[in-house]
Amino acid sequence: MENAIEISNVDMHFNMSKYKIDSIKEFLIKLFKHELMYEDFIALKDVSLEIPKGDVFGIIGLNGSGKSTLLKIVSGILKPTKGSIKVEGVIAPLIELGAGFDMELTARENIFLNGSVLGFSRQTMKDRFDEIVEFSEMKEFLDVPMKNYSSGMIARIAFSVATITRPDILIVDEILAVGDFRFQEKCELRINQLMSGGTTVVIVSHSIDQIERLCKHCMWLEHGKIKMIGEKQKVCDSYKNS
Amino acid sequence: MCKGVLPVKVFMKNVFKYRYLLEDLTIRDLKVKYRRSLLGILWSVLNPLLMMLVITAVFSSIFKIDVENFPIYYLTGSLIFNFFAEATSGALVSILGNSPLIKKVYIPKFIFPLEKTLFAFVNMLFSLLAVVIMFIVLRFVPSWTIVFSPIIFIYVFVFSLGVGFFLSAISIFFRDVIHLYSVFLTAFMYMTPIIYPESMIERMPAVVSSVIHYNPMYYYVQYFRNISMYGILPSVRDNLICIVSALLALLVGSLVLKKAQDKFILYI
Repeated sequence: MENAIEISNVDMHFNMSKYKIDSIKEFLIKLFKHELMYEDFIALKDVSLEIPKGDVFGIIGLNGSGKSTLLKIVSGILKPTKGSIKVEGVIAPLIELGAGFDMELTARENIFLNGSVLGFSRQTMKDRFDEIVEFSEMKEFLDVPMKNYSSGMIARIAFSVATITRPDILIVDEILAVGDFRFQEKCELRINQLMSGGTTVVIVSHSIDQIERLCKHCMWLEHGKIKMIGEKQKVCDSYKNS
Repeated sequence: MCKGVLPVKVFMKNVFKYRYLLEDLTIRDLKVKYRRSLLGILWSVLNPLLMMLVITAVFSSIFKIDVENFPIYYLTGSLIFNFFAEATSGALVSILGNSPLIKKVYIPKFIFPLEKTLFAFVNMLFSLLAVVIMFIVLRFVPSWTIVFSPIIFIYVFVFSLGVGFFLSAISIFFRDVIHLYSVFLTAFMYMTPIIYPESMIERMPAVVSSVIHYNPMYYYVQYFRNISMYGILPSVRDNLICIVSALLALLVGSLVLKKAQDKFILYI
């Protein structure tokens, strides 16, 4: 089977001291003191994996183990310090709530804005608009500015827009945790539909139940390194017993 | 992500792919800018007119500046300069301002300064109405050469885009630039003949007049006035100066932005 995502020997370093420099003065002082290149923080170390097309791949691990960093590298938001990454097809990232929403605008306006952020054409959005609204169950709040929305409501709109066309790769980071249980079920159903249609799904979640229910394969990250990778049940069991 | 392909080709492909985003962001900016104001977009026409009233009152009665058709002289100059000022100061914070988006979705970074330049361009088109209104009010008949104005608009657009690219990238690493820029713009404005006649430049100290002669905005403003007010067709030399300065700005701006863009995420 072909691979949708190929990650080989990826390292991600963050330069901690560089973070704090926001002005020319600070920069010169740091340069003078030779403090510029220090405090290397390694978020990912030598991560290699292949995710075949149509797979549902879960990533588990404690806070700060590098899960979100890895997803950001896959989505192209971060460039890895070392190593390479190959992605086949269109990615729909659901990395955080309301990516690309302008809270001053109404939900209706935001649906179109978010669609264009994800690279969908105007016509696609017009054709699918009713479907998006129906799935999100937010019809009566469509013309309310989104700053008045609750986080659950924002998540509904975001998920509905991102999954409306069949992306080749769907990246889900924790956001399923926000909606109520009924909407979560609906989302899982949608993910299952996408899977059978050939979409590759990558999920990060702290809910082991969810990973066990949805995924085929799973990876356990610890301190930026792969602790275990393989069939979901085996990985989840040893994660729970650790 | 694509390597080995001509960067211009990648750039154009991305512009095409993200054209809806550009359109949506520009419309969003227009909507948000005038949201909850009674007159809305009309302010883009009214603002330059009101500014013109103030400046005309101050400079023709207090400073006794003697220029024929001063209101139009001022409006044509400020139209060009304000476009540049609005585009570049918008671009300056465009990437920083969209950091929530950049952190969550991959979008080519140049989209943001480009969008701000487009937004300023749309605003300028509305301000152009103010110029037309003053033509009618003062019964000023522009010369036929005004049909060439799209050319100068393109020059200024490319120049502003280049400067905008540069500023948007550099402001990520050094936030001081943001505070310095408004001071810089004020100085820049006085180095461009907008409120004083061009004939005054010769009477200025040599340092100042040579600075003005190296200021591309001087040539853009002059170009637009020549074709709209005086019926003078710009020479090949004038066109060359405009084209070369615009392309140079674009080249430097894109190179800086391209080189810096992968590091943005770590600083915003």
